[in-house]
Amino acid sequence: MKIDRRDFLKLAGFGSVVFASGLVHFGKLASAAEDDFFFVQLSDTHWGFTGPKVNPDSTGTLKKAVAAVNNLKIQPAFIMFTGDLTHVTDDDKERRKRLTEFRAIISELKVKDVRFMPGEHDAGLDEGEAFKEVFGKTHYTFDYKGVHFIILDNVSDPRSIIGEEQLEWLNADLKQVKKNSPLVVFTHRPLFGLYPDWDWFTRDGDKALELLNPYSQVTIFYGHIHQENHHKTGNIIHHAAKGLMFPLPAPGSVPVKNPIPWDADHPYKGLGFRSVDAKVGGTQYAISEFSVKGERL
Amino acid sequence: MRFRLLVYSVIAAFVMISIADYVIAAEEEQVIQITAKRFEYTPKEISVKKGVPVVLQFTSQDRLHGFNCPGLNIRTDIPAGKVTTLRFNPDKAGTFPFHCDNFCGTGHEGMRGTITVTE
Repeated sequence: MKIDRRDFLKLAGFGSVVFASGLVHFGKLASAAEDDFFFVQLSDTHWGFTGPKVNPDSTGTLKKAVAAVNNLKIQPAFIMFTGDLTHVTDDDKERRKRLTEFRAIISELKVKDVRFMPGEHDAGLDEGEAFKEVFGKTHYTFDYKGVHFIILDNVSDPRSIIGEEQLEWLNADLKQVKKNSPLVVFTHRPLFGLYPDWDWFTRDGDKALELLNPYSQVTIFYGHIHQENHHKTGNIIHHAAKGLMFPLPAPGSVPVKNPIPWDADHPYKGLGFRSVDAKVGGTQYAISEFSVKGERL
Repeated sequence: MRFRLLVYSVIAAFVMISIADYVIAAEEEQVIQITAKRFEYTPKEISVKKGVPVVLQFTSQDRLHGFNCPGLNIRTDIPAGKVTTLRFNPDKAGTFPFHCDNFCGTGHEGMRGTITVTE
């Protein structure tokens, strides 16, 4: 079920006033509990991409986004990159070079709790070997203020699958979690079939969703499609993020999926990052979208 | 002697019938050979007749590719080093895009084609 922003606000339990006011982390809402926190999601930075008609500032966009995050009045608890850190190359050495350059650029972030996962551009050609050398594991978990975060890798296998081994790992992890515990899952590709004609799905994503669905508070943040998208399957809400190199068209809106050309009248249009406010216990999330330069959208 | 002749005749008849069945089946199938390599299919535009069974025979010349045609609900992996066969019965007319769904490199996004099913 596709949900638009207004529906999403209802689902998330937020009124548009709160959503639009920026009170949550910019003004420190008076009633905000100490356990509230927010994180920043950046996605699809595609470092190494070149294409002046799509993004004439391909070497500057990521740096601008890093500066914009650093300029947030209150810094996030942590920052999550949801894959495609680099643009695909068939050259193994070049892949490592791009991953290393990317790491150097984002080392300028003030927040040092930065977490990563690969996209197929980073890991699809070598099963994640170079990514692991630079950033470590491709799937893992961590906990923060009562929220259990799960990072799933649905790209290192070029067949766009999670795989039985990782699904067993997920199943074992979930057995340690109460059914009403807040869960946040990060993936690169959508776990549901958003638009299979454009390869916007995970071939065995339904198996992961089946494992997650018994839990009452599951929210998934992902990338891959280079645009904002909100969707619900069963108990689970899925939020896709904008990219930071080029936007892609809406699912099925054109015959062939190609990057949307640069709009000289509106530079960086369609690009950006988001902050996600987690309320007490992680039961609700307020998403705020930002432009590359840090303007709140 | 007469009994042996009868047995041979029966066996010969079975063989003839089997060969005839095979020939008829082969004539009723549309066999199409497709080569996959980074980052194209050859041929990439395929035309078949509605209602006539199709056999697609894929060969990859380099690495693992995929073939996914959601409109006809058919897909397969195409590993290198072997012929991969995919059978289907086209039961609706139209043009259906297909693409490689196993990430294969810089030109992966452009590895596409169409199957046109005619009446």
